[in-house]
Amino acid sequence: MPDGFVKSTNFKAHKSRAISRNCITSQWHGDEVQLGNWAFDEAVKKSPGLYIHIPFCRSKCPYCGFYSIPSASMTKRWIKAFKAEVSLYKGVFKRFDSLYLGGGTPTYLDPEDLGDIVQFLFRHLDFSSDSEITIEANPGDLTADKTGIIKDLGFNRVSLGVQSFDDRILSYLGRMHTAGDSEKALEDLRLCGFENIGLDLIYGFPEQSIKEWDSAINRALEFNPEHISCYQLTIEKGTAFERMKEKGTFKPMNENEEFKYFMKASNILEDKGYLHYEISNFARDECHISRHNSKYWHHVPYLGLGPSAHSFNGTSRWWNFSSVRKYCEALEAGRLPSEEYETLTAEQVRLESISLGLRNIRGFDRGITANEREANEILLMARNHGLVSFTGSRVIPTRKGFAVADRLAGQLCSSF
Amino acid sequence: MKNIRNFSIIAHIDHGKSTLADRFIQLTHVVDERNFHDQIMDTMDIEQERGITIKSQAITLPYVNSKGEEFELNLIDTPGHVDFSYEVSRALASCEGALLLIDASQGVEAQTVANLYSAMEHDLEIIPVINKIDLPSADVDRVREEIEVDLGLDSDLALLCSAKEGTGIEEILEAITDLLPAPSGSPDEPLTALIFDARYDSFRGTIISCRIFDGQVKAGDTIRLMSTRASHRVEEVGIFRLDRAPMKSLSAGQVGYIIAGIKTVSDTKIGDTITLDSNPAPKPLSGFREVKPVVFSSVYPISSEDYQPLSDALEKYRLNDAALVFQKDSSAALGMGFRCGFLGLLHLEIFQERLEREFGLSIIMTAPTVQYRFILTNGETLTIDNPAYYPDPASIDKAMEPYIRANIISPERYMGVIMEICSERRGTNSRFNCPIPGRLEIQFDMPLAEVIYDFYDRLKTVTQGYGSFDYELLDYRQNDLVKLDILLNGEKVDALSQIVHRDRARSRALQTCERLREEIPRHMFKIAIQGAIGGNIIARSTISPFRKDVTAKCYGGDITRKRKLLEKQKKGKKRMKMVGSVTVPQSAFVAVLKSESK
Repeated sequence: MPDGFVKSTNFKAHKSRAISRNCITSQWHGDEVQLGNWAFDEAVKKSPGLYIHIPFCRSKCPYCGFYSIPSASMTKRWIKAFKAEVSLYKGVFKRFDSLYLGGGTPTYLDPEDLGDIVQFLFRHLDFSSDSEITIEANPGDLTADKTGIIKDLGFNRVSLGVQSFDDRILSYLGRMHTAGDSEKALEDLRLCGFENIGLDLIYGFPEQSIKEWDSAINRALEFNPEHISCYQLTIEKGTAFERMKEKGTFKPMNENEEFKYFMKASNILEDKGYLHYEISNFARDECHISRHNSKYWHHVPYLGLGPSAHSFNGTSRWWNFSSVRKYCEALEAGRLPSEEYETLTAEQVRLESISLGLRNIRGFDRGITANEREANEILLMARNHGLVSFTGSRVIPTRKGFAVADRLAGQLCSSF
Repeated sequence: MKNIRNFSIIAHIDHGKSTLADRFIQLTHVVDERNFHDQIMDTMDIEQERGITIKSQAITLPYVNSKGEEFELNLIDTPGHVDFSYEVSRALASCEGALLLIDASQGVEAQTVANLYSAMEHDLEIIPVINKIDLPSADVDRVREEIEVDLGLDSDLALLCSAKEGTGIEEILEAITDLLPAPSGSPDEPLTALIFDARYDSFRGTIISCRIFDGQVKAGDTIRLMSTRASHRVEEVGIFRLDRAPMKSLSAGQVGYIIAGIKTVSDTKIGDTITLDSNPAPKPLSGFREVKPVVFSSVYPISSEDYQPLSDALEKYRLNDAALVFQKDSSAALGMGFRCGFLGLLHLEIFQERLEREFGLSIIMTAPTVQYRFILTNGETLTIDNPAYYPDPASIDKAMEPYIRANIISPERYMGVIMEICSERRGTNSRFNCPIPGRLEIQFDMPLAEVIYDFYDRLKTVTQGYGSFDYELLDYRQNDLVKLDILLNGEKVDALSQIVHRDRARSRALQTCERLREEIPRHMFKIAIQGAIGGNIIARSTISPFRKDVTAKCYGGDITRKRKLLEKQKKGKKRMKMVGSVTVPQSAFVAVLKSESK
């Protein structure tokens, strides 16, 4: 094990309490990282990514489980605290090659505040010149002005929350924008010179027919986006949809329907040459695979700043309070706003490698289960039923395999 | 000897037997308050948790009555379950009297009656005690009437108490000294002592619990066990005070223990008579018989590497449970294992739980079955307790199975549903009796195979908890019995085979296929479940493969959450066994007998 990001052994005792600045003592030596018995391949040697969680929204969407507050009143206090957090991590991670502003709704911030944050980051943290710099944007927020500002701030990738091209569905989903807003935003982004645009679509709720899903995907394709995410609606804890489901007013799709919608998207997009590289993600070509998100799936380190953000340094993970107030209070007192911390054991890395591997086309190394007789039997069976393929030393999920990745991971991991 | 009283408490389950024993122990200061806990006589974890008594246990209570006389009261606590009825009968044979405990709101139930009859067979003096009089639903007058009419006892003698509240306890102890006879017998006659329990102690070997009828025994004597003629030198004798209290000797009338360097409890047989080698009794005490298992099931390790540990565990288990019998067994589907015989289903359940808990083994047990007899065309008789050994149908002249007499007591309004479940289970020769208005006693002759699994649960369900049940073994009767095979994706799974009556084969096959469909998780492929007799498929169900099971998003925070889910799944993973390409959970093997889905 390399020197950990956190040296202090009493870090664990600080669980749920704030973590002291003393914890950050040494540089992370990414090149030497090896977790457990399975050497990471080239991915781990790549640079870490930086995620910023902007915890504000205009209003809460009924399906969204990410942390945010539907008010901007705490923005100023939060920005100050955020800057303190950035300063605490100065020099801790090596040079980043991706920055991702998510949330919440980053575009809900005033352009000045947004600029302030981004410029502060560039001034105090180190980024490689070819970094992928993404902002999540809400079509309703993207005026032509704002699009220009975003471009000027240095963003080179926009992930646009289109969700649907049907106004009826957008209002069902509680979205504040219209299909027209999305179309205009997509055009503006191109006009402004963005060459890497991703858009999100959503499926899997009772109001949506397979025909509508088909046409949403085809409409999206007209804009020739570099990246498309097709998310199946998940009923998250604490959302309005969850309450509706409990009351019986929201009926989730059955498994066969889900599979049909999932395959519909995959078929249309692969037909157009897109690469179905992760369960919900499609890239127009290999160089438009989301560099930042891929770090999560390959155990590449990432630093997450802002409330509820998670970080990983190659050996340990920790995460911030999911509360703007607690987050600010900790930083105002000079402490890290971390809520919990864990150091991964070799066995935990193994479980994660399997479950993450089954979610993307890099799969996982067969060596991981080499000594597990039962797991290998399951894998053979999975191959015979077209859920995975064996390519070289790797187990690669098929599209059918993507669709049951959680189940398969559960079976494999429970077999040893 | 005139100041000794040997007694037992007999009661239906949950009528408060252990609580009353607790109060006796507290009142006579056998244990100080600091060390007291509820259900103190039930020493096994499983007894404490389930609130049941599995093994007989004795305790000597010192008591000074209102006249100032000192008494030695020996309470022999007995198991409450029908599986252990032979043990109960030996414990009762060791007593002169019994308290018949009846719940003031539940009244007389099937086990109350069965227990009373067996106490009467031993000529015990009975004192009826009505417990739980503090309950709002207590109906003492009705219970008195039931005691009078149902049981034919003098209800004026009935004592009232609340063991929970501790009221009426002193009066019961007083009645024991007044009403129960002192033991007869003579210390000068040759020794006869009745073994009513034996348990294993890893330091001392077998601890025999016994009642001395005649004679005396002390350390240094050489005792002889009359059924096996084995001799052992006595190391220690004493009485029970929760812990063992060594004494110089035990003599006629007393209840206590003998330690004589006996290695396993199976070397001592419950019901056997102990005498002295030097001066043996001319004949043993009556009533001894070998207990024979009536329910059989196979046990297999989930992982084949656990075969040896399982074998070792069974040997150890037998040290303390003489009623368990087992022999090697192997199954094409489940590999090497053991065929085990039990006194009944509770005995089996306890076995399974203790193997897993005390020995840390992951095991699969197959559906319990009874012992069948086949008279073959060549005149041979074949006795089998495993459906796998069902003979070639062409060679069978007569097939026979064990029958029981079921005794059911319930409020009259449930008569219809009780009749229905009994006839569903091939009950015949029914007799009814209505001792008092509203109360029904029913007897049925039924195949044992039909009650071993969930009959009592079903009865409880259909009578909303009011029905009670007890049974005694009758005889073997001829029936048209066939073997039902179960196939998973075309492969016969021998461990799921059952012997069933031909007329019920189809419905049983459908039921089994349905249960398996519920129990076996979905796989990545379709699973066909078939029931067959010989080569004929008579029932079928299918489990469709899983198609979509994945969460759409997995970003920073989701990875830890996902992993924790996997870890939880891994930890709580169901005990599963690969049968061909199908993973079958442990529960499925037993669930095939369930008549209803969960």
